[in-house]
This record gives sequence, C-alpha cells and structure tokens, in this order.
Amino acid sequence: MRISSSAPRSLLLAGAFIGVLSYGAAAQTASPPAAAPAAAPALPPGSPLIGRPDSEAAAKLAPVAAPPIAAAPDKLPMDKLKVPAGFHLEVYAAGMPNAREMALGDKGTVFVGSRTVDKVYAIINKDGKREVKVIASGLYRPNGVAFKNGTLYIAELSKVSKIENIEDHLDNPPKPTVIYDNLPKDEAHGWKFIAVGPDNKLYVPVGQPGNNVLHDKDHGQIRRINLDGTGAEVIALGVRNTVGFDWNPLTKQLYFTDNGRDWLSEDVPNDKLNRLTKVGEDFGAPYCYQGNIPDPEFGWGHSCSEFTPPVGLMGPHAAALGMRFYTGKMFPASFKDQPIIARHGSWNRTHKFGGDVVVAHLNKDGTVKNIEPIVTGFLQDNKYVGRPVDVMQLKDGSMLISDDWNGAVYRLSHGKSKVAAQ
Amino acid sequence: MRRITTIIAALGLASLAGSVDAADTIEQRAVQCFACHGENGQSEMENTPSLGGQQAPYALIQLFMFREKLRTFEPMNEMTKSFTDDDLQKFSDFLSKLPKPQPPADAGDPARMQRGLALARANRCNSCHNPDFSGKENVPRLANQREDYLNKTLSEYKDNTRHGYDGTMADVMGSVTKEQIPDLAYYISHYR
Repeated sequence: MRISSSAPRSLLLAGAFIGVLSYGAAAQTASPPAAAPAAAPALPPGSPLIGRPDSEAAAKLAPVAAPPIAAAPDKLPMDKLKVPAGFHLEVYAAGMPNAREMALGDKGTVFVGSRTVDKVYAIINKDGKREVKVIASGLYRPNGVAFKNGTLYIAELSKVSKIENIEDHLDNPPKPTVIYDNLPKDEAHGWKFIAVGPDNKLYVPVGQPGNNVLHDKDHGQIRRINLDGTGAEVIALGVRNTVGFDWNPLTKQLYFTDNGRDWLSEDVPNDKLNRLTKVGEDFGAPYCYQGNIPDPEFGWGHSCSEFTPPVGLMGPHAAALGMRFYTGKMFPASFKDQPIIARHGSWNRTHKFGGDVVVAHLNKDGTVKNIEPIVTGFLQDNKYVGRPVDVMQLKDGSMLISDDWNGAVYRLSHGKSKVAAQ
Repeated sequence: MRRITTIIAALGLASLAGSVDAADTIEQRAVQCFACHGENGQSEMENTPSLGGQQAPYALIQLFMFREKLRTFEPMNEMTKSFTDDDLQKFSDFLSKLPKPQPPADAGDPARMQRGLALARANRCNSCHNPDFSGKENVPRLANQREDYLNKTLSEYKDNTRHGYDGTMADVMGSVTKEQIPDLAYYISHYR
C-alpha cells in the first residue's frame, strides 16, 4: 500500500465526488421515519453518527472498543505481525491495559498513558529486568504523557498535571499536581496526546467535540503552554483531532497527524499529516477535509484554498495517531529524519484500513513523497488482533510501539542488535 | 436507598443459599448474580438489569469496570473485587449464553411507542445497537431490558455520572432531553 501525496489527487477528487453523490442518493432514497414528529431532535453535536447515511451497510459499522484485559505475553500476536527483511519485532513489555502514548525518561524509564482505564504505567529497567508498575491511578482518560528535565507531564481528558523527579520516586510516586485545567470537558476527542516542543513549551490539543461540528473558540485547535501551566496560546486552528505530533529535526517545524471525519464515504476523506509553518494557521475542519474536499454541510461559503493543505494523506478513516521523527542510526539511512506513524486502523469503513506502522518519506520541501509500511498484520480478516497507538524511539535507535488492543509495547529493531539491552 | 437495602438483603440470602468458593462451577457461582439479576438473568428487581443474552464483550467490559471501580456501584464493586481476569471472562461468556429477556405481554401504549420509535431513529440508536437492539460486540443488547434500568442508565449517561468505557454514549445523549428519556426507555423495553 503506497499513498502518494501528489499523483492520485485527481483520483481522490473523483472518489470524493462519487462519494458525495452516492451519499446524497442514499439520503434521498431512504424512507422517512414512519412516525417522526416535527420535533424529532437533531443528532447531538458530539454524536459520532452525525452524517451517517441510513443504509444497511452503514448500520453495520460502530466504533470498535479494545478488550479491557491486557493480553498475556504468550497470547500476543507476534506470529501475525510482519516487518521487512532486516527488521525485528519483539515484546518489550505487556500487561498494561489500554497502553497509549509513551514518553521516555532520562534514566530510561518508559512511561505509558491509557484512555479507557485510569492508569499511567512505567516500564522500569531494574537489575537487568524490565518491570511494569502503575505510577498513577484514579485519573480520567490519562492518554497523554510527556517527559522533560526529570518531570513527567500527564494529560487527562480536561487537565494537565505533573510529577517532578519522577524517576527518583518510582516506588512511591507522589500524586500528580495539576498545572493547567482551563480545558473543555467533552468526551469526544477530549483525550490528549501531549509533547514538549523545541521551544520548551508543552503542546496540548483540543479536538472538535464530535464527528463533524461547527466548534467554538475553545475547540478544534492545538495550544501550547509554559511548563508551569501559564501562558496558554492557540497555535493551530481547524484541527479535528490530532493524537500525534513531533518537530522536524531539520526545520523544527511542527508536524501533526489529524483524523478526518466519519460517514462522508468509505474512501474519503483521508486522515492528514499536517505541518505548521507559522502560528495561527487554520487546517480546515470542519469546512474542508484532506485539503481538497469541502464538507457537504459546512463547506458552503468556503473554499479549501482558505486553509493550510496537508503535507500528506494518511488513508481513509486510518486513524493515524502517534507520530515521531526518526533520528537514530539503527534503521536504514532512508529512515533518517522521516516521520514514523502508527495507524490505529479504521472502524468507519466496511473493509477496515490501517492497523500498521508506516514511515512517511518526505520530499526536500517537507511534503510526503510516499508512505511505506514497516509493521503490518494488526488487521487480520477485517478484524483487529492489535492496534498500534504510538511510536517512540529509544536511545539505541530502536523504536517502541504501543498497542492498546493488547495492552503491550513492542520494540522494533534493525540489524544485529535484535534484543533490547536490559 | 430501598433498592440498596433489598440488594444487600438478597446478597445475604444468596451467600446463605450457596457458597462462593472459586472452585465451584460457574453455574453455582452465578446463583449470587441471580439473587438480584433474576433467575437466569431475567431481572425482577427494581433498577437492576437483566443480563441474559448480553453481548459477551460488553459484559466483560462492565465487569472489568466494576472490578477496577471505573464504574461505581458498591454491591457490584464488592462482588467483583476479587475476580481474576479469567473469572471476568467466564462470567461474561456465561451471561451471553443465558436466554435473552422477552418482550412484556402488553404491546405498549401506541402513542408512547411511536414517540420512542421516532426518538430511536432520530438518534440512530440502531446504528451501533442494531435495528433490533440486539447489540454487537462492545455495544450492549438493549431490547426488552427493564424500563426503569434503561431510564436510569440513559439519565446517568446524560449527566455523565456514568462514565462509559469510551465517550460514545455521553456524546449521543448530548441533545436527548431529560423529558425524552422516558419514551425512549419505554419503547426499547417494549420492543418486539
């Protein structure tokens, strides 16, 4: 599977056109509800069903939930996950229900957030063994973790907190201290990926509060705050939902994944890889998707040319989530300074798409040249056996991959150093 | 409060009636569940759901959430606190194989049924819960669930006092008004 960002644009447009046509046709032929009273309510603003066509095939699709219990290490789908020749994939740690974003401590501790449970985990290297510990619990959707200068930052649904000198207190960590909570409390796209930028600020996204909604000034954006929680500033607008970002090591520009809306069609819109070149850019949601499809509802009166186009398309409903630039030396030279992206995989598509980890090779101008899968097989016979959420490089140049379906973290390495240094 | 007292009394009876030894068969252990949730999971107790025919992945998620106190209801938190992952799995599989609840004998008040149907359609409950409300995977069976329990649950999702495993129901209930919940619950409980 290769997606080029330039060549098939016309194809994609054609696909969009057909998609919109068939969507309209479905809406017209659907029989009106037999007894719908005049006061039948519209769908709530946050509903994932907004825009769902009334067809039998569409009614078969529903958000997929990960099993609540982490898979036992010997039940992980290692025989199904495939990597290219020269690469090697191993289990790094297991037993962390709903493992999501990862952050690396200065002393080698790997911190892992979660979304459907209330915990933050630490994978600790101790006496030649790796051990998983719960270092915080009782949190509400603590998806996001970031580490800077000894401090762990944790992003829950509507607040950001910190634990200082965390690696010195792994056995008895203090409760996190809230540094910022001026955030909406919406469930839809309320969970957060966070990261500290080269400007030493913490980047905190606020997704749109629903599938396809006209959001207010507090949503659909990325903010940055000082590490003490002060100085909040909105730096990107029109962001539907980003669950992964990093800074290009060459240009220091922020790149972020952004998930496209549901229910427009099977094949469009694509998720996006965006690039912020100046503070305050608008990336189009909910008016324009994937840079070239005006939203059938909100696009009227707008043109896609008003908005910053993506640097790459990540596939329909692919749920491109965690993204980090590869800066190590272990992988082949073609990976150097290229973004590696976890595609969690679709639910809003009859034939599921994604469920892999890919590298997006960039052109000299920083746009995506092509997308090359590196770990595949999370999707088997249209069902998930795992779902990758985040990627994170270790100091030796290997890459960790979190999997919220199995509650595990894998390590992807290349060449001779097949097994992680303990 | 009356409900809690009833439940605690029922639990007391259940523990008198059968032991809770983990070595017991799942059928023996389920006697405790049936004390409140009714014989074969067909609840006759106020505000207490029928469990028969529930989707196993959904039941597993709920049992897990009770054990982890991600969903708060003291009798259930207490009941599941010593459950192993294997117990959670066994119970959810067991519940899914019990008979599903049957529609009540009366067909329901036509006006309320029509209002409920319109609401269910407008909010597209059928997309995830299936047109016959049988549910699928992590999405629960709703058909012929107890009306009072549906009322309670929809209200709790509405004011976010019940946190879903993910946020879907909190979003869906965003614009369903409090006044509409009774008709929706009535319709789904009488669905046939």
